[in-house]
Amino acid sequence: MGITVSNISKSYKDVKALQNISFDVKPNELFGLIGPDGAGKTTLFRILTTLLIANEGQATVADLDVLKDFKEIRKHVGYMPGRFSLYQDLTIEENLTFFATIFGTTIEENYELIKDIYVQIEPFKDRRAGKLSGGMKQKLALCCALIHKPKVLFLDEPTTGVDPVSRKEFWEMLKRLQQKGITILVSTPYMDEAALCDRIALIQDGKILQIDTPEAIVNQYPKTIYNVSANNMYLLINSLKAYPHQHSVYPFGEFVHYTDTREGFNPEELEQYLEVQNLLNIRIEKTEATIEDSFMELAK
Amino acid sequence: MRKDYYKNLYSLFYSPYSFKIMRTILFIIQKEFKQIFRNKGMLPIIFVLPLLQLVILSNAATFEVKNIKFSYIDSNHSMSSRALIEKFQASTYFNVLTDFPSEVLASSAMLKGEVDVVLNIPAHFERDLQKEKKAKLGITINAIDGAAAGVTNVYISQIIQSYNKNIQTDLMQFSDMQIRPVNIETIPLFWYNETLNYKTFMVPGILVLLVTMITLFLSGMNIVREKEIGTLEQINVTPIKKSQFIIGKLFPFWAIGMGLLTIGLILARLIFDVPMVGSVILMYSYTSIFILVILGMGLFISNFTDTQQQAMFIAWFFVVIFILMSGLFTPIESMPKWAQNITEFNPIKYFVEVMRMVMLKGSGFMDILPQLIKTLIYAIIMNGLAVWSYKKTT
Repeated sequence: MGITVSNISKSYKDVKALQNISFDVKPNELFGLIGPDGAGKTTLFRILTTLLIANEGQATVADLDVLKDFKEIRKHVGYMPGRFSLYQDLTIEENLTFFATIFGTTIEENYELIKDIYVQIEPFKDRRAGKLSGGMKQKLALCCALIHKPKVLFLDEPTTGVDPVSRKEFWEMLKRLQQKGITILVSTPYMDEAALCDRIALIQDGKILQIDTPEAIVNQYPKTIYNVSANNMYLLINSLKAYPHQHSVYPFGEFVHYTDTREGFNPEELEQYLEVQNLLNIRIEKTEATIEDSFMELAK
Repeated sequence: MRKDYYKNLYSLFYSPYSFKIMRTILFIIQKEFKQIFRNKGMLPIIFVLPLLQLVILSNAATFEVKNIKFSYIDSNHSMSSRALIEKFQASTYFNVLTDFPSEVLASSAMLKGEVDVVLNIPAHFERDLQKEKKAKLGITINAIDGAAAGVTNVYISQIIQSYNKNIQTDLMQFSDMQIRPVNIETIPLFWYNETLNYKTFMVPGILVLLVTMITLFLSGMNIVREKEIGTLEQINVTPIKKSQFIIGKLFPFWAIGMGLLTIGLILARLIFDVPMVGSVILMYSYTSIFILVILGMGLFISNFTDTQQQAMFIAWFFVVIFILMSGLFTPIESMPKWAQNITEFNPIKYFVEVMRMVMLKGSGFMDILPQLIKTLIYAIIMNGLAVWSYKKTT
């Protein structure tokens, strides 16, 4: 009932969008595809939702082949594209009724599934979709993708361009949908959202870097990370990058994440070096790796 | 027995499956109409502008040449030359504006566009006419618009001929009466448009133009629009059938096309008093097939374009060619042979023919059968191509 992808490749002329991608999504799993823009996430979604045909490889969705059984797949999947693509000139209710009708069902039939989400936008049901806020548009799109009670839900960057509060709410909704037995494949460029998935695949330039649970990925991070801060961020980054023993230097909020090439690295040595560079208020502390650090390390 | 029969019939038409399909199609149609009527910018474009066009174009698009700016150089100043000029003054087609003392002034006025015709009467006009029974006149016509110049030339020749006839008879009196020329007068009788009213001829044609343009543009742009806003992708992942979607999308434009025809016919009757000699039902039956051709074309265009702009340009390209080669403004008979062959593939040509035949001549079903069959074949081919090229998967 999940998704299997084996050796899928897809090129657009000279650009290799996907190269030999393989992974499995277990039934009832919340699986995340994490990667920057242009990594090939949307291409993969389009292949799995039968909108695009891969050059090579096989894939199944809910035990149905994406090539042979594409008609059957379309009955059982919900797809929410990255771009809001509902009718802006129809109201919330009309959009929902429209999608219910073309899926051959009614709102009432599957109301239970969307109830939690729909009640939040129901007060505005006579408002046109084009006049809704970003968060409400996204809830409407999710309702429309769920109205036929799909077995598998595909969400392509559902939280891009959505405020932090709505993003948090959205992920809570996904968790609840998962409890109702829906397999969810979600893509996002936000590393902090990765931690909310059961398992994630890190993807870049059409290749999968690693697949595991978020915790395992973080635990496999090979080095000790230090949070470094000082009075002048720009000078700090430049100085660290000029330090002969540096392994990686990435700005991370108010800190810089620093790793060293040496085994027995002594932070005081670095502090002295930075003082020579005329930096003040220098602080160096150990910190835990995040998904983002893992991604950067893998993508190196 | 009887009851069972009805029950079977009932279940045939109202089986849950066919009911579901019908419901889907009806719903798409309903949605499409909602969107059309909510688009405040589109409504006037669909209904008001075409009718304005009908009224304006039908009054303006005429091949009658009137108010020709006429001038002359009279170097003769005789009875004969003045009589000739009076002939032109008496004509309703010519505005006799001025006379020039020299050819140089006349040609500079022609260059400035002040006059369109210069009649040059030479110094010995009257003498030559009386002595040698013939005289020469110089006529210069501004022929930038070749068609208008041709018509002007005919008018001028007619006036000079009738003047010449009079003068001939005048002159003849002095000589031998026996060789008076025999004049054969022709009295033309114009069938189907007795008063040679240009509007009677143009209105049906322009109505064709409007129905075609609006339905082609709207249907062509409509599906591309779904592509542009991304809803087509959303629809493609649903189990909806190609045919359901296409029928649901195109039916509203079919209805709009028929609506435009209705309004156009009413206006033709009320404003231009164009007769409707033939059968209205025949007119509508033909149009209903013709619009299918156009919708198929619109769908075909939208399958190969990504933006409304592209679709619009391609639609324009075809509409311009189709209209100019439809016999609407220029007769097909006067086109070169290769162009005439091309017009065989022009559906608008058939619509113009049928419209004029049925409205003005009262042609019946059998008369328009060739056009009807050709249009039907066209409709099947166009829609076949359109459905074939519409793909839910890329």
